[in-house]
Amino acid sequence: MRMLKRSIIYILLIVTSLLMFFPIIYAFMISFMTGGEILQGKFLPSNLSLDNYVKVFDRLPLFNYLINSFVVSIGVMIGQLIVCSLAAYAFVFIPFKGRDFVFFLFISTMMIPWEATMIPNFFTIQKLDWINTYQGMTLPFFALAFGTFLLRQHFKTIPKELHEAAQVAGLNRFTFFFRIVLPVSKTSLVTLGAYGFLTTWNMYLWPLLVTTNKSVRTVQIGLKQLQSQEVSTEWGVVMAGVIVVIIPTLLLLFLGQKQLQKGLTQGALK
Amino acid sequence: MMVSQTKAKKSVWKRSLDARTALLYLLPSILLFSVFVFYPMFRTIYLSFFLTDQNGNAALFVGLENYTYLLESVAFRNSIKATFLFVLYTVPTGIIIALILALLANEKLKGIGFFRTIYSSTMGISVAASSVIWLFLFHPSIGMFNKLLNIFNLPQVEWLLDPTWALLSVSLSTIWLNTGFSFLILLGGLQNIDEHLYESARIDGASYWYRLRRITIPMLSPTLFFIVTISLINAFQTFGQIDILTKGGPSQSTNLIVYSIYKEAFVNYQFGTASAQAVFLFICILIVTILQFKLGERKVHYQ
Repeated sequence: MRMLKRSIIYILLIVTSLLMFFPIIYAFMISFMTGGEILQGKFLPSNLSLDNYVKVFDRLPLFNYLINSFVVSIGVMIGQLIVCSLAAYAFVFIPFKGRDFVFFLFISTMMIPWEATMIPNFFTIQKLDWINTYQGMTLPFFALAFGTFLLRQHFKTIPKELHEAAQVAGLNRFTFFFRIVLPVSKTSLVTLGAYGFLTTWNMYLWPLLVTTNKSVRTVQIGLKQLQSQEVSTEWGVVMAGVIVVIIPTLLLLFLGQKQLQKGLTQGALK
Repeated sequence: MMVSQTKAKKSVWKRSLDARTALLYLLPSILLFSVFVFYPMFRTIYLSFFLTDQNGNAALFVGLENYTYLLESVAFRNSIKATFLFVLYTVPTGIIIALILALLANEKLKGIGFFRTIYSSTMGISVAASSVIWLFLFHPSIGMFNKLLNIFNLPQVEWLLDPTWALLSVSLSTIWLNTGFSFLILLGGLQNIDEHLYESARIDGASYWYRLRRITIPMLSPTLFFIVTISLINAFQTFGQIDILTKGGPSQSTNLIVYSIYKEAFVNYQFGTASAQAVFLFICILIVTILQFKLGERKVHYQ
């Protein structure tokens, strides 16, 4: 009976995994195929030729786009970590008048969908002459209520005695923040960092609005270009592009899945 | 006189030390929120009462005309209908699938970590990459779906070109893309449930379904509630899939609200009516969030 139940669960696990992962495997297979093989509707490529990968770097400044995506994603990640951890520190360790009001302001930003504000934001960036710049791509995303709450949750678990001891020892606030609070909260910082990198790497609408040439354009917009250039002809090249674009984030997810899951549930629910 | 005044001043200055320090730490966030969230929100509301020039400056005050124009416009009503249908197609199905996967992945078996990673994998995939993959799967002649139909001798479907199918096709690709995130959150919720609850139920000989209905689902309700809210909000904000898969077509059947705002603003340069649509989007999301706060307190079972 127990064996039977186990086998059923394993079968379900395998079937659903295959269904879920199929589009990715299929894209991977196609990325090695020639046009003829794709037309015939084969599932396995006849050989693992890297032609399509060479072609996609030829056809698009993909290397350039990859670097831009890394710069923008790491930029937003670092910016969010700094801005959110400073705010979270103030919420947890500094009692001040009006804290509830500021807290309410932070919460209210979560109710304003980013898309509802994109028109004035676009003009702000344009007036600052920040179209096609890294700061235009990154700065609007540094402040994040979700990130602040996630870190606040972790900071709250730091014993108050530690704070008092630090004050007695004559440590100033910033030293306490930098030398004690941040190192103790490494796991939450890593979670927020991974989350920030992932969401920025995958961002689509904002880069579409504020980039007009290849100077800071990201891989996501590269995919759009690739797909609209190649109407029906070279799907192998297009899929090679897709694989190149998803590998960094998939790797990050595979490495940090457990951490991310813990962090997100904590930040979301408490 | 002078001395006591400076003394009083000093003590106010000293007493406000905490507030000033706090402000210093909060300043980056407050500044950025002001420039990129609060100001543009008010600006959007302001612009929605105006006709604008090409540079998005208010040119002529028209009062509520942008709104009355929208309410009478067939295109906008169509966009609202498509958005609500899209929400209806993607949110319940997506959450049920994610819940089933999370229940499966919560079994304590050898190698379960591998399956968890696979299930959460779509969280690492961008909307652009996923849409390009699905564009191929939906391809009328070489796409997999039509090839499958062919094998079973069924008539071919123009997945993205037929107005009756396009929204469903886009929904399917969206459900797939969002499963990873919902799964991860729900699995986290399942793992937070106290083991002891199950142990006593097992001693009583309760069946799997009984335990699911009486322990798992009630204890999971805060997480479920959270993921419902997030999924609703996400569905209202859908853009990338539409831009790559259908461009709002065929015959506007997939012209979801954010895509409609984008086109009105950055293709037609009608920033006034685009802002009115953005205000509508804001109200929709506000209602969802307020409902979460109100209902969430009452109906949901917290540990």
